[in-house]
Amino acid sequence: MKFSDDKLKQVDEMISHYPEGKQKSALLPLLHFVQKENGGWLSSEAMDYTAELLKIAPIEVYEVATFYSMYNLQPVGKTVFEVCQTGPCMLRGSDGIVDYIYEKLGIKPGQTTADGLFTLKTVECLGACGYAPMMQLGPDFREHLTKEKIDALIAEGKTKAN
Amino acid sequence: MGRKLLLDKAHIEGIRHYDVYRREGGYRSVEKALKTMSPDAVTEEVKKSGLRGRGGAGFPTGMKWGFLAKPEGVPRYLVVNADESEPGTFKDRYLMEFIPHLLIEGMITASYALGSNTSYIYIRGEYWWVKEILEVAVQEARNAGWLGKNILGSGFDCDIFVQPGAGAYICGEETALIESLEGKRGNPRIKPPFPAVKGLWGCPTVVNNVETIAAVVPIVNDGGDEYAKLGIGKSTGTKLISACGNISKPGVYEIEMNISVEEFLYSDEYCGGIANGKKLKACIPGGSSVPILPANLLLKTAKGETRMMTYESLSDGGFATGSMMGSGGFIAMDEDQCVVKHTYTLARFYRHESCGQCSPCREGTGWMEKILLNIENGKGKMSDIDLLWDIQRKIEGNTICPLGDAAAWPVAAAIRHFRDEFEWHVTNPADALKRNYGLANYEKPLEIAVAAP
Amino acid sequence: MADEKKLFTVTIDNITVEVEPGTSILQAARKIGGDVAPPAMCYYTKLKDSGGKCRTCLVEVAAGSAADPRPMPKLVASCRTNVMDGMVVKNITSDRVIDARNGVVEFLLINHPLDCPICDQAGECHLQDLSYEHGKGASRYEFKRRTFDKHDLGPYIQLHMTRCILCYRCVYTADQVTNERKHGILMRGDHSEIATYIEKSLENDFIGNVIDVCPVGALTDRTFRFKNRVWFTKPVDAHCNCDKCSGEVQLWMRGDEVLRVTARKDEWGEVKDTSKGETGWICNTCRFERKNASDWIIEGPSQINRHSVISQGHYENAVKPNETIKKVMGGRDPKLLMNIKDVSEVNQVELSEIKGAATSESFKQLKKGN
Repeated sequence: MKFSDDKLKQVDEMISHYPEGKQKSALLPLLHFVQKENGGWLSSEAMDYTAELLKIAPIEVYEVATFYSMYNLQPVGKTVFEVCQTGPCMLRGSDGIVDYIYEKLGIKPGQTTADGLFTLKTVECLGACGYAPMMQLGPDFREHLTKEKIDALIAEGKTKAN
Repeated sequence: MGRKLLLDKAHIEGIRHYDVYRREGGYRSVEKALKTMSPDAVTEEVKKSGLRGRGGAGFPTGMKWGFLAKPEGVPRYLVVNADESEPGTFKDRYLMEFIPHLLIEGMITASYALGSNTSYIYIRGEYWWVKEILEVAVQEARNAGWLGKNILGSGFDCDIFVQPGAGAYICGEETALIESLEGKRGNPRIKPPFPAVKGLWGCPTVVNNVETIAAVVPIVNDGGDEYAKLGIGKSTGTKLISACGNISKPGVYEIEMNISVEEFLYSDEYCGGIANGKKLKACIPGGSSVPILPANLLLKTAKGETRMMTYESLSDGGFATGSMMGSGGFIAMDEDQCVVKHTYTLARFYRHESCGQCSPCREGTGWMEKILLNIENGKGKMSDIDLLWDIQRKIEGNTICPLGDAAAWPVAAAIRHFRDEFEWHVTNPADALKRNYGLANYEKPLEIAVAAP
Repeated sequence: MADEKKLFTVTIDNITVEVEPGTSILQAARKIGGDVAPPAMCYYTKLKDSGGKCRTCLVEVAAGSAADPRPMPKLVASCRTNVMDGMVVKNITSDRVIDARNGVVEFLLINHPLDCPICDQAGECHLQDLSYEHGKGASRYEFKRRTFDKHDLGPYIQLHMTRCILCYRCVYTADQVTNERKHGILMRGDHSEIATYIEKSLENDFIGNVIDVCPVGALTDRTFRFKNRVWFTKPVDAHCNCDKCSGEVQLWMRGDEVLRVTARKDEWGEVKDTSKGETGWICNTCRFERKNASDWIIEGPSQINRHSVISQGHYENAVKPNETIKKVMGGRDPKLLMNIKDVSEVNQVELSEIKGAATSESFKQLKKGN
């Protein structure tokens, strides 16, 4: 993995947010950026490159990447459904949403469809309790989920893949 | 209709952007502070206002600012905690999404008071689009001269950066947030030293919630005394409440802290009552960590007084018969909900979010989750209920940070008030898989005898 | 002398001691010694920033200081809380502390394997000591214990993650004693583990010290693996001329065979200072490569003054642990040391008076005689 000059400029901009010598602070935003550039997950090469960019030891990157739930350490499907299942979403029927996705795609939480298109994850509270049930889809939230909305999201995922 | 200080203009078209925000009177507090007030005078107004931290702990903000160490030649930092992750809480997201300049305005004024030349907003990574909204707003403020060098010719320099988290509830704890902002694992620090002395990069730091900082705007504009006139007693001003669960109108409401819980829950101005004509069974009034209350203790205190939406009234009766204002995440449960299952999802949440640093939390949260799942699935024993009680008791107060307490309290309160429902799961395992225990006696009027000390 | 520092007076379990300002409660208690010193699984004097995590050293502060004698509402980690002048602390005299500590020990044990019989740390394991003092007879945990994928840390260091209590000592050691850290704490919460992420062997010159700081059997010496039980070995102090470290070590011998080399440790299980006053970390060469008695100049038997099976070595200069129970209990003997003859008929007989093999008859006769 190697960034173009243009991307390196973006990395420098991130580092510029902090005082001299505190570039390690850019680790979380940079890992988001690297993950996006690396097809949605953090390979060990990607993490080593991140360490190199910030002039820190690789283990410092691994420690952080494995701590936070938004970093994927394994490749993921093209569309990842991250359905919230904590209390307030459970009260509004999140279990039914997970069941319905299983019914439609045959995947349980933690699994990816055979064609690699969809991954289903259950996650903990995403701060959208008033708009439950909900899921995270890429950088966006999809709220007030219904069976119809799931159907539409699956269709959208299939279209996107083609 | 109660007064609104934060969200009164949130629905004006285009308020998300600088021009409209400014036209509607935005950034007046910065002008007033930088041109006519000393930093200490701003802190003084915040003290007078009686503003309490809106993140959950309710600590007086002015006092927190007063603790900030000010050694010569050492930078100081203001960090805004936008890592909103407490189940039931989504108020800060709403504020930042609809009226981001209010937060930025509050930050500039607060940074001036605290002497912070670089301030950060630490926002949870899942709110990615909100982060982008904030970044646009910061750039607009920068372009309009509200950020940068020598703001309004006052000699005060200030810049703001938005820092994303990456999925960790624990980073809402202020020292874990600072660690995370330093590019590390979100492990809470062992205190002392407190952030006011040694925080971000070892410098004196104030960490405040989004809503707290936004409230600085009306406080400086109208004066701390005016702000303190709103509300009751030590619960001054307005509070954002995010209401969810089985209510007719989930959403974010700004309330003046002088209305009753009943009015908030049942009036059409707010939650609009329980959805689908059902009855209220239980409610967690301040975010998932605070004690759950059965319907009969929610609307009236054990003394028989009307329970109000204030810090004091919500905690009236202590943990025996009261709860807390917390972060203002109001979760209502109707008669068809299962307290055991709900408690299980919360236990799972806290196990998932424990950083794993200290033994009671790392080991205890998972243990509670496993026992609760057994009970929920009809595989529990009577002794499990006592065991759960003992585990939560041994976590509470013995951990590095408040996550241990936050994990222990919901379990304790659920057993305290709904023990018969837990026992029903044990004695009727087959039934427990098919149906819920229902409303039982949880809304019946309380015997006054409960009021004994 | 005018510039002499004023000492703080602190009372722990009714025993008063004077310490320098900036001393932690734990260190003050260690100054008193014996059972007054709280157990510490994660704190390590020689490692900066260590402590505060395991929660075994929690104590009750009954009075914050002479100036502000209010009690602290929560129990505090004694390793990371400094004393104030006039502070009153309760450790083993506080029911709250004992209750909380029992809880912590239970938490540490629920996922800890019961493999002491095959664990090289057995006999010098701090968790064993702690369980002996505070553990329950049976576990209340009915679920499967946590397991981890195996990681290979190279030819010198054996990692058993299931035994780890996440004290972070080995992480601080790698940071502070070696010049590069390749291992760390990965994952989160109850899945946290010590690992390198990508299989890497730990080979830094001083990395072997992680074995000495590990309070349990998570990190052990591969060159000593299954060689012997520590209580069958004899610890002797020895030194050599080493160009990397002080060369002042402890050899664990059986006959003339050097089975294991470690740093010298004090009564709290921490690495001692060398004769030059530096922390006695030793290098990998001394630890792993010098296994011939002829590599070393042997100074003599090590002083073992801990409550430890290792003191089964019966050296003449073994020092008995400082008994403070009586002091703590205000002169009273603790209940546990009651006279067995008070409760057992059999033992009302002086065994030494029985001539030849003892039978029920001889007991009856002797009892009559009484």
